Amino acid sequence: MNYYLRRTLRIPLTILAVATLTFGLIRLLPGGPFTQLRIQLIRSGVPVEQVNARIEALQNIRPDAPLWQQYLDYLVGVAQLNLGQSISLEQPVVEILARALPWTVFLVVTSTVLMFVIGVLIGAVQAYWEGSKFDKVASSISIFLMSVPYYIFAVLALFVLAFQLGWFPTGNATARSVEAGFTVEYITSVLHHAALPIAAFTIGGIGSTALNMRGNGIQVLGEEYVEVARLRGLSNSRISTRYVAKNAILPMYTGLLLQIGFRLGGTVVLEEIFSYPGLGYYLIAAVNANDYPLMMGCFLVITVTLVIAVYVADMTYGLIDPRISAGDSDGY
Amino acid sequence: MGTDTDAGTGGVDWRSEATDADMTRRDRLEELYERMIYEPAVVAWSDWRTRVGVVILSVYMLMGLVEVLGLWRNPSPNQAPRLLYPFENMTYPLGTTQSGVDLLALIIDSTPFILLMVLAGGVWATGLAVLVGTISGYKGGRVDTVITSISDFFMAIPGLPLVIVLAITLSPENPILLGVILTINYWAGLGRAIRSQVLSIRENSYVEASRTMGTSTPRIILKDVLPNIMPYVMVNFVLAARYTIFASVGLYFIGVLPYTGQNWGVTLNNAYNQGGLFTMQAVHWLLVPIIAIVGLAFGLILVSQGMDRIFNPRVRTRLTGESKSVEEGEDETTTTGMI
Repeated sequence: MNYYLRRTLRIPLTILAVATLTFGLIRLLPGGPFTQLRIQLIRSGVPVEQVNARIEALQNIRPDAPLWQQYLDYLVGVAQLNLGQSISLEQPVVEILARALPWTVFLVVTSTVLMFVIGVLIGAVQAYWEGSKFDKVASSISIFLMSVPYYIFAVLALFVLAFQLGWFPTGNATARSVEAGFTVEYITSVLHHAALPIAAFTIGGIGSTALNMRGNGIQVLGEEYVEVARLRGLSNSRISTRYVAKNAILPMYTGLLLQIGFRLGGTVVLEEIFSYPGLGYYLIAAVNANDYPLMMGCFLVITVTLVIAVYVADMTYGLIDPRISAGDSDGY
Repeated sequence: MGTDTDAGTGGVDWRSEATDADMTRRDRLEELYERMIYEPAVVAWSDWRTRVGVVILSVYMLMGLVEVLGLWRNPSPNQAPRLLYPFENMTYPLGTTQSGVDLLALIIDSTPFILLMVLAGGVWATGLAVLVGTISGYKGGRVDTVITSISDFFMAIPGLPLVIVLAITLSPENPILLGVILTINYWAGLGRAIRSQVLSIRENSYVEASRTMGTSTPRIILKDVLPNIMPYVMVNFVLAARYTIFASVGLYFIGVLPYTGQNWGVTLNNAYNQGGLFTMQAVHWLLVPIIAIVGLAFGLILVSQGMDRIFNPRVRTRLTGESKSVEEGEDETTTTGMI
């Protein structure tokens, strides 16, 4: 079967598997969301005979139905984008998530692209001037950057630039007073609020990207085909872009797929520190409020985002590396 | 690591078979010591990164030992004046918190917990990844398809959110269990990377030779495949350990993991929430746990970068030659994996 078709067909399967996992986790959680919800409802004065009906409305699951029926109900709900009602915020979960998702994607995409570009550039220069002073200094800095978690940068940036100097806002995605829309004012406000989280998340990844690129670059520079290209008298710019850069970046691009997963998960801590209203922020809010529908909704949406991001990256990988479309490249 | 020893003895076995008659047990042990401990140690020590890394890690081991033997006071509120700066009062070298807790005591107190957790996370993540990656890469066929599909599924789940949900379900308080949970799906990506390396190794002629001689699959994997991926595995062990530190402290910091007494992440959280951000007076309270975290990660990464040397065949050959001095090599490549 065609690689692209096979890859596309795998998406619904993965999402089904993840939805099954969320369902399983809902049923597994100690005390169970139902028990907790029941106590909450009874405490707030809902008559006992109405409790089940209320739970059904809130959770989108019939608590007295057999397990397989609940499972099917849950899947149908997910397929119809009905993830139940948030208990703490008293809104449909899907509405909250639809508001939160763009912010998270904005943070992750911007910072990952920045990290990749900056890291690759530094690493390439290091590889070319291997052993130079710049190489040594940059390597030491990279090693140090690798040992500092991104949230430390976040905390320090917040401490110095936001609280002490007051140059940046300390929370939220935009100023309250600004209307949403394509106005200069709104976009400036968005960028101003996102600057610190993006910077912290970018710096955290530059070190390892640069070191990786340096290693790959040095390896490629020693390959025979680079020498052959030189002997053939190809121009320097052609050698550096078509031969060296391409072959050094390719293996990193695969690593990037893995990174997207870690970075999407990482926004949980980042958004919490900056009170940035993305998926991670709501996940923590839901955890603290015992809001199971919202919690599971966040988990599901983060996962689906990841599945789609990896899919997009996989597809573009095919464009860069033609070997992949020639069937299963690594199947022996 | 056990596999490391197995990997090396392969060479010794082969050699000793030929010279069995005139080699005593003592000679063999000596050779084993030379090959397995002395030479790698000399090579590793010749690199400043390993030296500094080992010193840093020893400090943490020492701190763990101090705590286990109970040589330093336990942290408790009001044991000291409030918000002392570091080195202001040498009875409390790192200063104190707002409620008068000795910060050094706080840091030392949680060291064994953190070290155990980091070890558990690293061993679990890399161990499983090596197992899955080698089998799937070497066996191929249906086994490979099944394993790849399973790891694809785990790769599709973002780590930290899953850990958060699991932490609520299980409230892990045991450091070993916590380490395993934090890296619950870390093995998947690493396993895929190892698989692709094994795919190329299994095409090598010596592996094929072993196969034709009828050597069993586990033996080939152990003796022929594993030694080749060991450098990669060691580097990734360190990266997994680093991930465990970062994830645990981050989750303690935002208050998701169950508090098991004090801990670097908890200290960071307290400092952050109780004024560490607003006044310069409490800034050391924030910085001390940060330095503890960064220091441990830095030590680990330095050792892994330096260890690259041990596995670099060119440097090793230079040592087995006539000169026992190892100069600084001019060409070391960093095989830093993901993240």
